[in-house]
Amino acid sequence: MYQYDDIDQRIVEERVAQFRDQTRRFLAGQISEDDFRPLRLQNGLYIQRHAPMLRVAIPYGVLASRQLRKLAHIARTYDRGVGHFSTRQNIQFNWPQLEQVPNILAELATVQMHAIQTSGNCVRNTTTDHFAGVAADELIDPRVYCELIRQWSTFHPEFAFLPRKFKIAVNGAIADRAATWVHDIGLHAVRNESGDIGFRVIVGGGLGRTPMIGVVVREYLPWKHLLTYLEAILRVYNRYGRRDNKHKARIKILVKAMTPERFQREVETEWGRLKDGENTLVEEEVTRIEARMVRPDYAVLSPEQPAVLREALQADRAFRHWHERNVQAHKVPGYAAVVLSLKATGRAPGDATAEQMEAVAALADRYGFGEIRVSHEQNLILPDIPQADLPALYAQVKALGFATPNIGLLTNIISCPGGDFCSLANARSIPVAQAIQARFDDLARLEDIGALDLNISGCMNACGHHHVGHIGILGVDKHGAEYYQISIGGNQAPARLGKVIGPSLGSEAVPDAIEALISVYLDERLHAEERFVEVVERLGIEPFRESVYAQSEPEALYA
Amino acid sequence: MPELIRNRRVESDSYEKVESLDGVSDIADIIVSPTTLAAQYRILEGRTGRLGVWMETSDAPETIAAYLAQLDLVVVYFPAFADGRGHSIARLLREQYHFEGEIRAAGDVFKETLFYLSRCGFDAFVLRPGEALEDALAGFETFSEAYQASVERPSPLFRRRLMGKIGSEPLS
Repeated sequence: MYQYDDIDQRIVEERVAQFRDQTRRFLAGQISEDDFRPLRLQNGLYIQRHAPMLRVAIPYGVLASRQLRKLAHIARTYDRGVGHFSTRQNIQFNWPQLEQVPNILAELATVQMHAIQTSGNCVRNTTTDHFAGVAADELIDPRVYCELIRQWSTFHPEFAFLPRKFKIAVNGAIADRAATWVHDIGLHAVRNESGDIGFRVIVGGGLGRTPMIGVVVREYLPWKHLLTYLEAILRVYNRYGRRDNKHKARIKILVKAMTPERFQREVETEWGRLKDGENTLVEEEVTRIEARMVRPDYAVLSPEQPAVLREALQADRAFRHWHERNVQAHKVPGYAAVVLSLKATGRAPGDATAEQMEAVAALADRYGFGEIRVSHEQNLILPDIPQADLPALYAQVKALGFATPNIGLLTNIISCPGGDFCSLANARSIPVAQAIQARFDDLARLEDIGALDLNISGCMNACGHHHVGHIGILGVDKHGAEYYQISIGGNQAPARLGKVIGPSLGSEAVPDAIEALISVYLDERLHAEERFVEVVERLGIEPFRESVYAQSEPEALYA
Repeated sequence: MPELIRNRRVESDSYEKVESLDGVSDIADIIVSPTTLAAQYRILEGRTGRLGVWMETSDAPETIAAYLAQLDLVVVYFPAFADGRGHSIARLLREQYHFEGEIRAAGDVFKETLFYLSRCGFDAFVLRPGEALEDALAGFETFSEAYQASVERPSPLFRRRLMGKIGSEPLS
């Protein structure tokens, strides 16, 4: 992770002072509600159903153990002892007091953290592959570029008040683990014929009300032009994006309205003016950021599987399951990356208590190099664990409740906080997630079903990424009652949007519907390796649809 | 005369916004619409008083580019402070058209908005009614540093760091 220098630190501290002053004046009636709203939003503070909600930035999902301890402390001191990890690799606190928020920000600043631009119509937290620096298929470490973008976008004077929020994702590997096709801007590291690093630039993807897959506006952008090119895109968007209707204000709508070809021409014209200007990156800056990234000091370990691991795998079936599902390969011999599942049955997906956060921080210190990742699938990751330590680590992770061996399986549900917390939601998500997890709470069955992404959003803003779930569930409000629309065939990478199978269902009918989808899949698959999403691709949605609605009671439907 | 903030000082404003040139004194400092500017450019050019143009955030700087050499002032009116189009207008005027006259923010302008606006090239600010001008001056000082290249500081932080102009002691 990036270590601040004195200037980075000062900027964050000045932000705390600014927000403390703004909050004081708001509470004293000197700033109106209307004026305070955009100001607090740019500090991640929403006014929610029960209380304000504070969203804290976890830049590109990387945390040091001392930072996670600080988050635990904040959860315990200012909240009800729980934090919610979001699909934007951030953490949300649902019960802080407005008066206390400046103090929370001050606490965060002591560990080089902030809530800057985690909300509002500005450039949000840049996200990336949660296995950055660990994955074997990596061309570059995307975190260096994420940090460059973080600094460039922090308090960017021209782009603080865009038509709508703006999300950038960077992927540095062959496989896209950063959902770059469904971001306002997606960046893929690529090498040109001479071996130089650059980016494929994708614009205008997004989920939400009008889901779209992005379009490539540039196949190869040399890395040193990254910031000037981003400025050109943002300037075209800032000037021409719609501001009269917030549902049509995202850049994807502009790209579509202009046509990708014309949008690209506008960007290239603008870039022609900015190219080679002062914002052009230089090698020394990339090196400087690299040098400030704390890297694990890996030991030289044997590439052979350690005996202690081999024995544990033979002796302990539960450990073997966990190892298969939740332990990922590492590019450094002898190490592994461990996914801690925040998706135990009965728990709100993505939630962790203060005690759990502290325990994870302790595990990261003891077995790893004091680093933790947050994945956009709302799990935590210990990225650098010696394989010989896996059995001992497993026992402790299990005691914490984070060892559910369901990574990549149906119960690893992505879910937004939904109507239980969020004032935008049309329906609750957490109880639906819990009901599905309870229905499929059988490991052998989950393993038999195999790879399946099930994503739930409580409204069309799609924080739960339902469009790109193999099964997507969207909460809708029908005359004050909660209903759920089911889609199938979505995929994260390569990005594909799911198709709605039919009328919405009442919440009690959802687990049955999922059951029906799964039984069609199990009947129709050609072999055990053919995944659910592949069967949907092959057969289309019709057989699935028939099965779901054949068994539904008519009153459970809402056409 | 009404007051405004100019170059980080409270000053009085001599300009007057006029709808037409009828009966306007030759020496008066006036602000006209882009339409008047284009239609009556010959007359405006020959006047003694200073000349400004009034832009909405929806107006494009390209439309006044041809007249910039004769303009002393461009006013950008913000219907709401979160209408960020005005920020791009100022940057384009400064960086692309090299306009060196006054660029003035008017409308929904107050202390919290000054930092971003000034970095985009605004150097004058007519605050909305009820705002204390002297108090608002602190808005320029909220942050002592910024990462990006801007009109105020054309070199981004990373270049200034490398040139050794500013210290960068590592933090533990």
